[in-house]
Parts: sequence; structure tokens; C-alpha cells
Amino acid sequence: MTNNPTLLAAVGLSKTFPGTRALDGVDFDLRAGEVHALLGENGAGKSTLIKCLTGAYRRDGGDILLEGASIDPRDTQEAQRLGIGTVYQEVNLLPNLTVADNLLLGRQPRRLGLVSRRETNRIAREMLSRYGLTIDVARSLDSYSVAIQQIVAIARAVSLSGKVLILDEPTASLDRDEVRMLFDVVRSLRAQGLGIVFISHFLDQVFDISDRITVLRNGRLVGVRDAATLDRTQLINMMLGRELSEETRDRGRGGFDYAQRARIAYVGTGRAGVIAPFDLSIHRGEVVGMAGLLGSGRTETAELMFAAAPRDGGSVNKDGKPLKLASPRDAIAAGFGFSPEDRKTSGIIGDMSVRENIVLALQARQGWMRPVRLSRQREMADDYIRRLDIRTPDAEKPIGQLSGGNQQKALLARWLATNPEFLILDEPTRGIDVGAHAEIIRMIENLCESGMSLLVISSELDELVTYSHRVVVVRDRVHVAELIGEEITTDSIVAAIAKPSPAPETSA
Amino acid sequence: MNGTLARFGRRIAPQLVTLAVVVAMIGIVFPGFFDISIANGRLYGSPIDILNRGAPVALLAIGMTLVIATGGIDLSVGAVMAICGAIAATLIVDGYSLPATLALSLGAGLLCGLWNGLLVAVLGIQPIVATLILMVAGRGIAQLVTEGMIRTFSHHGFASLGSGNLLWLPTPVVIWVCAGILATLVVRRTALGMLIEAVGINRRASMLAGVNARLLIVTVYMVSGLCAAMAGLIVTADIRGADANNAGLFLELDAILAVVVGGTSLLGGHFSLIASLIGAMIIQAINTGILVAGFPPEFNLVIKACIVLAILVLQSPALQGAAMLFSRTKGQP
Amino acid sequence: MFAKTLLGASLLASMTLLSSAALSQTIGFSQIGSESGWRAAETTLTKQEAEKRGIDLKFSDAQQKQENQIKALRSFIAQGVDAILVAPVVATGWDAVLKEAKEAEIPVVLLDRMVDSDKDLYLTAVGSDLVHEGSVAGKWLVDTVAGKDCAVVELQGTTGSSPAIDRKKGFEQAIAGAANIKIIRSQTGDFTRAKGKEVMESFLKAENGGKNICALYAHNDDMAVGAIQAIKEAGLKPGTDILVVSIDAVPDIFQAMAAGEANATVELTPNMAGPAFDALKAYMDNGTVPPKFIQTESKLYTQKDDPAKEYEARKGLGY
Repeated sequence: MTNNPTLLAAVGLSKTFPGTRALDGVDFDLRAGEVHALLGENGAGKSTLIKCLTGAYRRDGGDILLEGASIDPRDTQEAQRLGIGTVYQEVNLLPNLTVADNLLLGRQPRRLGLVSRRETNRIAREMLSRYGLTIDVARSLDSYSVAIQQIVAIARAVSLSGKVLILDEPTASLDRDEVRMLFDVVRSLRAQGLGIVFISHFLDQVFDISDRITVLRNGRLVGVRDAATLDRTQLINMMLGRELSEETRDRGRGGFDYAQRARIAYVGTGRAGVIAPFDLSIHRGEVVGMAGLLGSGRTETAELMFAAAPRDGGSVNKDGKPLKLASPRDAIAAGFGFSPEDRKTSGIIGDMSVRENIVLALQARQGWMRPVRLSRQREMADDYIRRLDIRTPDAEKPIGQLSGGNQQKALLARWLATNPEFLILDEPTRGIDVGAHAEIIRMIENLCESGMSLLVISSELDELVTYSHRVVVVRDRVHVAELIGEEITTDSIVAAIAKPSPAPETSA
Repeated sequence: MNGTLARFGRRIAPQLVTLAVVVAMIGIVFPGFFDISIANGRLYGSPIDILNRGAPVALLAIGMTLVIATGGIDLSVGAVMAICGAIAATLIVDGYSLPATLALSLGAGLLCGLWNGLLVAVLGIQPIVATLILMVAGRGIAQLVTEGMIRTFSHHGFASLGSGNLLWLPTPVVIWVCAGILATLVVRRTALGMLIEAVGINRRASMLAGVNARLLIVTVYMVSGLCAAMAGLIVTADIRGADANNAGLFLELDAILAVVVGGTSLLGGHFSLIASLIGAMIIQAINTGILVAGFPPEFNLVIKACIVLAILVLQSPALQGAAMLFSRTKGQP
Repeated sequence: MFAKTLLGASLLASMTLLSSAALSQTIGFSQIGSESGWRAAETTLTKQEAEKRGIDLKFSDAQQKQENQIKALRSFIAQGVDAILVAPVVATGWDAVLKEAKEAEIPVVLLDRMVDSDKDLYLTAVGSDLVHEGSVAGKWLVDTVAGKDCAVVELQGTTGSSPAIDRKKGFEQAIAGAANIKIIRSQTGDFTRAKGKEVMESFLKAENGGKNICALYAHNDDMAVGAIQAIKEAGLKPGTDILVVSIDAVPDIFQAMAAGEANATVELTPNMAGPAFDALKAYMDNGTVPPKFIQTESKLYTQKDDPAKEYEARKGLGY
């Protein structure tokens, strides 16, 4: 199989959006007759790569070769004509039409200018029989399960394109038997010589079906491996493990004095179906790291801690006294700050100036009656622009026009302006360039030295190792492990994440 | 400070130019347009008429601008005008004192705004749907108050709100100018304006930064209700009667148009009250211009539509971008 | 069988006789709704007229919906009323229900508005002639200015509405012979006070502060009331400096006439039911078939007609 010819290749592919470099010189190759898994955390560049391959985006740089010839599809239809078909998680067919109509839409056989229903149904039955499906094709699509709809979508895509099939999270809403049924179809297509790109965040499924695995991270290629020679731990290492070679250390920071009373203590905090109840306390001057795969419950933990999402019961103490924590406003009043994962939708106010973004949280806490004077706003903005090295021509530029790293620094400035005691940072280094990355790490260290308490969520394990006194590992919506001081290494974190059984543990 | 002033000048320049052009056009069609004299102890002339007749839309535009800045819209203002006018006329006929009448009518406007605000901010109903409820029901409420007839009164104090004079100007002009100045000061001298814009641009991010978005949204709808109540009082006082069927009819659309002509995006975010007020005057100038020009009434709406279309096309981002490109290429040697 | 029919017929005849002679004639009235003061007054007067004649009036308010009116008519037919009055909300769609009434031999009289059905399907229609109203107003002006030059400004009703078109037409016909009277400006005031006032203000500005204007003709009294305020605020005397003539005869215009601020109004009587009841009585008693259209009187009221008394008489009618 490894000797099969290359069907589709991306060479040095690049794509930039305002504020982020989504793809940075990525190479990717797909052979005929293989299932090639594409893995990476949120923002790693998977979907951007797929969209460039299928014509949904136009690339900025690099080349795409289909059977050795350079192609530049302008839209998905053109990619389809060239032989590249895609099936998305949400089936993009017409649920109220019949299965047969969905399969043959736009090219139904005609007789005397009219669609011949009998002929349509006959062809449709024939198409599906190749996938081992014998269903009534005259019934509407939505009368069948999502798995069957997926297979119909695959059948349509294959019949339209026939060389490359891209499956974007196809199993997200399927149960175990349905996944098996789908994988049988995928295997038979592989046997027919199609090249199949498989995107999923279910690692078991990836190992089950894939021949090779490509891992992306921060828009760059981490590596390509044969699935057969790769184990789980190695894979997680590729996705989360060491990346920064300088300015990091191998082991967590030891010697933190846990005798002092915790500054903030969460007891039994959780929410049914979102995250299992957890206890977590943070001390003065402590950095608590939080690690886990995408969808493990990291972000949900942060939102509950900042009261940005409702929680079931539990209590929160600050300096030994119970704290009312029902809304972000309560949290801010208690001296909390929260820089969320999705900068664009939950962090920046895109159309507003850097200055206004920086003073927003302080202003909101003071209330509208007590405005921060304009001269004071300018002073603050200029001060943070200088101290955090925010690259902007001036404080009046709309923040949406800044690069991702500078947006992140301005958001940090927003919270620093409120002089917080406890700061929650969700993926503060995602999608930003290496220089800004190192600066933010240094800043986190400086802040904790000044006595601030921090909770930092990150997919960059070496980063967590560098600044954390303690690391909490989240898996399948449960806090499963807590590593302290010297115990913290990328390997111990990866081991905790990779451990398949859900049994909780306290140390590596 | 100079930079701020220059930015403000740039912001309202398109509206000022548009107003000047519209007024100049009227001057061409009707040469007597600029004649202003003093009669009955006040300034008298067509330009004063524009300021005077534009009062209801100007007042509505103040509230509407704030609502639109939060990403909402208030379709109920015309109906709220009818309700408050009906209540005021009924109370004054029933012998209530003028201060009590005004307080109760303005209170009714605030209550209408509170209702809209709660539907939008607390129940999370889309603003266009939430305010549609009161838009439809409000006129019915007003008709219930007036019992279906035009409720007339002869209270001179109240009537002077609509047709009296203050400082050589019609009272409605003084009212909307003062309301505009007051609103601008409150919004810009406090942090209210900035917080409203933040909520309008990104409500979730604002809430996570600690902005009390819910309270702010309820507040802007209440301000809108209060402005509608003032507008309702003025039109009622003007004709010395509450006409539940016609008071404020379709004025919500003129108010939205004033905000749009004033350059505030319907998507919410940055706003300018002054620009909206100029927008209201542009619309009234068009209305008054059509009346003094003496065209047959069949052309009224077509003429208005054509002028508004021209204004919006000139203000459209596509054309502005083209103009900028043009001036840049011209500037190069 | 024959005897039975005969008995039934004589019984029916005696009942009809009885009801017309004494009490217990039942008439159904389907009203459009109460969208205006005039409509409310029509309802009040219809009830008063029925009471005066000892008619048992079954009243139904359709709230502006034709389906409600058709339902009301069917229920009147089912109850076996002696006659039906209907003020139709729209002109079309009445054929079926009018046929049902005809088959049940119940005479139908249309009030105030016409329908597009076959004339055989209803007994008669009572209404005013809008063109005539305009011409009465025009004729009054011609007589009043008596040959002197007079520049008229006109406040039209809602653009495109039939009262606006017809009242304009009638007025123009009446002044066509008088070369001394000219309409110099004409704009729509949407039948409302507020617009009447606003438009009048612009007329005054456009015509030399109103000095060029001799008379105002408004298509309804409400616009005239608004315009009178505008004239006063411009420092002129309505009724003296500018003559004011309008149509409808609502109570407030009589107040203005009593104060000398309006000169004349042409009545659109809300009493459509009176002539309708009279025609029905004649038809039922003697079989007199009325003409297909009974035009109500478009009576002219001026300051000489004791406007204060007229105001008192009208203000309770629900205008």
C-alpha cells in the first residue's frame, strides 16, 4: 500500500487571515488506496487545509497537485469535477427529498424532458447496493438514521468525484454500530483505490481505520507517521508535546509552599453533562496549568470557574470566606479575570479601538456613572502598549485589525488594568507567532511572581511545564490527575491524558 | 482634544453636506424658502418649520439610535406615541394638573420601554419581533384610552408644548434640541456610550468583560420609550387632540431612516446621536420641501424615495471606497 | 296540502302586518367596525333610529373583517330576520351570501358603501354622493365670494382614496364656471389633523405668509381643524382672512364655526339608517320598490345655522 502512487499532494501550502497565519508552508500527501487521518487541536489548521484542497478557500502560497498536475479549484464544484469530494459532519443534503433525488440531484435521467422517477430510483438502488445498502430509495432522506444519511452523502460524493474523498468528522454523531457500518464502507472504497482523508478527534477510530496519520499544530506540519508504528502516547506527544526548544524547562517548578491557605477554593463545582464536579484551589502566586485534549472539558472548567456558565451547586471560598459567584460581574468584583479561548467571538470587541478594549473591564467594574477620563484611558493604553509590546501604530486602531498575538496581549492588558488577584487564561498562546508566544510565557511568570494567582489552559505541554507549579489533567469531562512540581513533565502529562481507563488518579 | 474634534467633524460631515444639498435644492425649487421673519414673538419661516415639524422624528431618533447601537431595533415607537398622547389628552380632559399629566404620560412611555427591554434582554426574543408586539397592540391600547375618538382638549399650558414659543423658537424645537444635547452629554460624558457600543459590537465578549449587558439593553429601550412619549406629547399638544389612529403612524420607519441616514449601522456598534438628529432634519427637509414645492401629492412618496435612495447610495461603503481610491490616485504625481 | 300552504301564507301575511303595524320587526345590522368617529356616530344613530321606530335591531360589529360580516349575515338569515342592513367593508365577494338572503326572501340594504354584485341581489343602497358633497362646498364658495378673485388652497384626502378623488372632482366642477376662483395649491393631508396643520403651514409659507390665500377647501373637517390652528399661528384670522370650507360636519368643526374660525361644512350624515328604515317600511307595507340608490342629503351648514347648538347635538354621538 505504501507503494501506491501519490494521488493528491499539497506542497508548502500557506493561507493567512487577518490576525492569524492559519497555514504556514504545510506539506500533505494522499496516496491512492489509503485512509489518511488528519489530526490537530482547534486552530491547528485542519479545516483550513481541507478548505484549500476543496476550493472553499483560495490558497495564498504553495501548490496543490492532483495526480501530478497543479490545480487551483475556485470553488467546491470545480474541486468536485476534478475528483475531490467532501462529506461534512452535518450532512449537507436535502433532508425532505427522497434518497434517490439526493443521490442524483441535478443529473436525474430524463424522458421527454421530464425526470423519470422509475429510472432515477433504479440507478439509485444500484448505487447504494455497491455500499451494501438495500433501502427504499423513494422515501425521504430524513426518514433514515444519520449513519445512512452519511453513506448516501458518501455515495453521492464518490459518484460525482471518484478520486479523493474527504470525511470531516463523519462519526461525531454516530453510535458504535453505525461507526462500524460507516468504516466498512470506507474500507471498501479504499479497496477500490480511492484516497480518503479522515478527520476526527476520536483517537481510537483514527487508529482503527487509518493507514497514515498527519499531525498539524498552529498551522504547521508536525509530522507524518504510519499508523501501525505509532502508539497513542507518541501521537498525543505530537499533538501537544514539546515544540518550543528554547526558554522552556523539562520539569515543573517545585518548591511551592502549599502550607499557606488557598486564596480561592472551589468545592464540588460542576455541571451535569458538561464537567463532573471537581475540587480545585489556587494559592497566592501560584500558576495552575490545565491540560487535556480538545473537548475534554478544559474550557468548560474555566467558564464555570468564572461563572460565565451556570453550575450545579458546589461552593466557592475566597480567603476562607464564602463567595457569591453567579455571574462574570460577581467574578470581576471578586478580583477575577478571564481571557477566553475564542478571542474573536468572546474576547475582543473588534470594531473598538485598542484603548477602549483595554479599559473595558475596568470601566465595566467602575460602572457607567464613573467614566475613566479620556486622558487616563490614553495613559493606560500607551502604558500597556509599551509594557506588553503591543504592535499597533497607535491606541486608536480598531483591535480587529491587529495580529492574533497583539490582540491577545491587549486582552491581557484589559485584565491587568483591573489589577486582578486571579486570572484565568484559556489558550493564551493559540494562533500567535513564536516571538509573541515567548513573551506571553514570560509575562505569566512575572505575574505570578508579583503575587497573582493564575489558571492557564494550554495545548502546548512544554509551555505548561515551563510555568506551572501544578497541572490538572482533564479527560472525558473529568479532572483525572493532578501533577505537582517536579512530577510535571510533558511525558507525565501525556501519560495522564493517554491513559485509556477513566479511573481517577492523583499522581503519575 | 483637537483630534477628537476633527474626528467628530469627519463623522458628521456627510450628513451636514447632505442636509445642505437638500436645503439648497429646496431653495432652487422654492426661492422664498430662506425667508425668516419674526411673527407672534417667534421666528417664522420654512427653515423653522423643518426644525419644528422634525421634532417627533428627531426625538424618536435619539432613542432609536441607542437601541440600534446595541444591535436592536424598536418598531413600537409610533404606537407608544399614540398611547402616551392618548393618556395625556385623557388626563388633561379629566382635570389632572399639567405636571401630573406629563409625569404620568412620560411614565407610560418608560413602562412601554421596560416591556420591550424585558422581552429583548431577559426573554431573549429578537428585537424586531419583541417590539412588533407593542407596535401592533399599542395602537389598540391607545384607541381603548381615547374610546375610539379624537380626544380634544383646550388646556393652554399643555397646548403650548406643541404650538407655543420659547426663546423665539417653537417649543418642540427647544425640546428636541435640549433632549439631544442632554442625551449626548449623558452618553459621552459618562461611560454609557462606550458600554452600549461594546454590547452592540460583541455582546458575549462585553458580558465576559463584566459589562451588565442586560441592564444596558433594558435601559436603552426605556430611553426609546421616553423619547417616544415626548414625541407623542408634542404631536398631541400640537393639534390639541389625541388621534389614536394616526398619531405617530409609520414614524418608526422615519426614525430608523434618520438613524441610517445618520450613518449608524443597523448591525449595532458605533453611533452618533448628532448625526442621527441631522438625519432626522434631512428627512423633514425633504418632507417640507415637497410640500412647498407644489408638486401633485401623487409624487410625494416617489420623490422622497428617490432622494433617500440617492443619499444612501452616496453614503454606501462601496462608493465611499471608490471615492477614497479616486482621491488617492489623483493625489499621486 | 293546499289548505296548509294557504294557512301558512295568511299566517305569514298577518304576522307581517302585525309587525309593521306594531312592534317586533327584527332587522340585522352588520357594521364594519369603529375605525373612525363618523363610523361610531353611524352606529349610535342607527340604534337610535331603530328604537324610534320600535325595531328590534340585531347589531354585529365585524371589526374590519369581511368574513365576520358574512358570518353575521348568515346568522341573520338563519334567525329569519325581516331585513338586513350591511355596511360592507370591501366591495367584492358578496354574491354567495346575498343570494342566500334573496332565496330566504330577506331584503338587504347597503349602507354608506357599495358592492360589486348584481343589483338584483339587494333592495337598495343608501349613501351619500361624494362628488355632490364637493360641489356643494364649491357652490358655497362661488356664492360667498360673489365674483371677487379668490385663490383657493386645497387639502386633499389620502392620495388615491375615492373620497379624495370625488370630493376634488365635485369642487372643481362647481367652480369651473367661476373664472374668479382658482385652486393655487393642492396637497394631501391624509385626512388627519396633524398633516392638515403641517401642510397648511407650508401653504402659508409658500403663498406670501398666507396673504395670497383667500380660501381653504379641506376634504374633511379634521384637516380643516388642523389647518385653522396653522392659520392662527401664522397670525391670520381663519374664517375672516382665509375662508374655511370642509366636508363631514363632525362636532369639532361646529365649535370652530361658533368661534368664527370656520365658515361652512357639508354634512356627510351618519344617519344612513333613517332613510333605509323608511324605504324598508314602504317596501314591506305597500310593496313599493325603492330606487337602487338612495342619496342622503348633503346639507350645508354655515355660521348662520347656530353651530353651537349643532355641536351640542352631535357631541354625544360618538364622533
